[in-house]
Amino acid sequence: MTHLDEELLQLKSAITEMWQQVISQLKKTQEALVTYDKDLAREITAHEKRVNAMELNIDRDCENIIALFNPVAIDLRFVLAVLKINNNLERSGDIAGGIAKFIVKNESPFDEKLLEVTQVLLMIEEAKDMLEDVLKAFETEDTKLARRIFKRDELLDEINIRANAVIAEYIRTNPEKIDQSLYILSAIRKLERVGDQCKNIAEEIIFYVEAKVLKHGSKKDKK
Amino acid sequence: MHKIQAKSINLYYKDFHALKDVSIAIRENTVTALIGPSGCGKSTFLRIFNRMNDLIDGVRITGIALMDEEDIYDRKTQVDELRRKVGMVFQKPNPFPKSIFENVAYGLRVNGISDKKMIEEWVERSLSKAALWDEVKDKLKKSAFELSGGQQQRLCIARALAIKPSVLLMDEPASALDPISTAKIEELIYDLKKNYTILIVTHNMQQAGRVSDHTGFFYLGELVEYGETKTIFTNPKDKKTQNYITGRFG
Repeated sequence: MTHLDEELLQLKSAITEMWQQVISQLKKTQEALVTYDKDLAREITAHEKRVNAMELNIDRDCENIIALFNPVAIDLRFVLAVLKINNNLERSGDIAGGIAKFIVKNESPFDEKLLEVTQVLLMIEEAKDMLEDVLKAFETEDTKLARRIFKRDELLDEINIRANAVIAEYIRTNPEKIDQSLYILSAIRKLERVGDQCKNIAEEIIFYVEAKVLKHGSKKDKK
Repeated sequence: MHKIQAKSINLYYKDFHALKDVSIAIRENTVTALIGPSGCGKSTFLRIFNRMNDLIDGVRITGIALMDEEDIYDRKTQVDELRRKVGMVFQKPNPFPKSIFENVAYGLRVNGISDKKMIEEWVERSLSKAALWDEVKDKLKKSAFELSGGQQQRLCIARALAIKPSVLLMDEPASALDPISTAKIEELIYDLKKNYTILIVTHNMQQAGRVSDHTGFFYLGELVEYGETKTIFTNPKDKKTQNYITGRFG
């Protein structure tokens, strides 16, 4: 293994660890939402700093590798992809932190019916699964698996599109629960973004492995 | 711990002030690259540490050069012993006109080792450390000149390693070699630093980035900037350093 190979392996290890932290943050957010565990929610917001620090370290590592080793071809694509994946993961981490803040601010447990009709828990589950699958695609360089992420984002988009009407109806019948309804609506908007981050990450994996640029491409390009 | 240090070194070739107040402290088991345009004093500075400048007429040095905290320019210093502890590898491979085996064994014999078995063991160990053993083990009696340029250079490294130096000075060790041989030398340098302190002069900035822990930028005899290689190549403090590494001069 060359010196550059060692550096790239360390970089891969660092981004994988950050990825797992973000997935863990989403899992805890789901739990905190269901159980209305404010302590857990506070733990999530505190942990956000750690994820942010990881982002800064990985950015710096990418900069150092480019400056010191002048990687080319697949090695260069890998470093560029990690740079962007890093950014997408940090935003996903922020989203988990943002939803946790809603849990802390909310004054009573979230109504089970509200959670059910909005399908917010399904959204978190799907967002977390998408992150796990795109991580697996990254670790195994599986571009087929990466491509499947594009289709899966459609579920999150659908739930997001329906959210306005669903929540409006819920508020009409439960006006005293308007505050938590608005928090859930904001959470849904945030979770839809996690789907977008996963799609971006999938595009970067395909770029790094196949040297294909799918950004701004059509749906046909992504099959 | 600092393996080698220079404190306010000034060197003159007769009236020419070649090194100007250079101070540097180099940690043990690290690789330090010296970069800078031609004629800036890098090789002259390198030769401070094995006193090879002593061989040039009209050279005058002031300041202090230390190895293991001892002044290597002290009158009591045994220069032969210093040159055993401080190995040197030059730009152009310069194997002796002898067999591959004898190139490495020669230094051992000159240092008083006569036991045949011990010599054979040390030759094998040195060639292994220089990542050359597998390529030459079946032809140790062949002339060193039958080797390729890259192999000859690794033989020169093995020769230097045989007499157990603690410091290696390398003056553009790969500049005369093809890219694959260069890559092998660079990987060797990366491995060798576990056991040796290495100072390398190079014109190849990418090489400095790849192999070194610290980099010193020389210009017109001055050490303009010295620091961690990753800092020098991502955010150098001095504008001259930045201009040099970005290819804007030199």
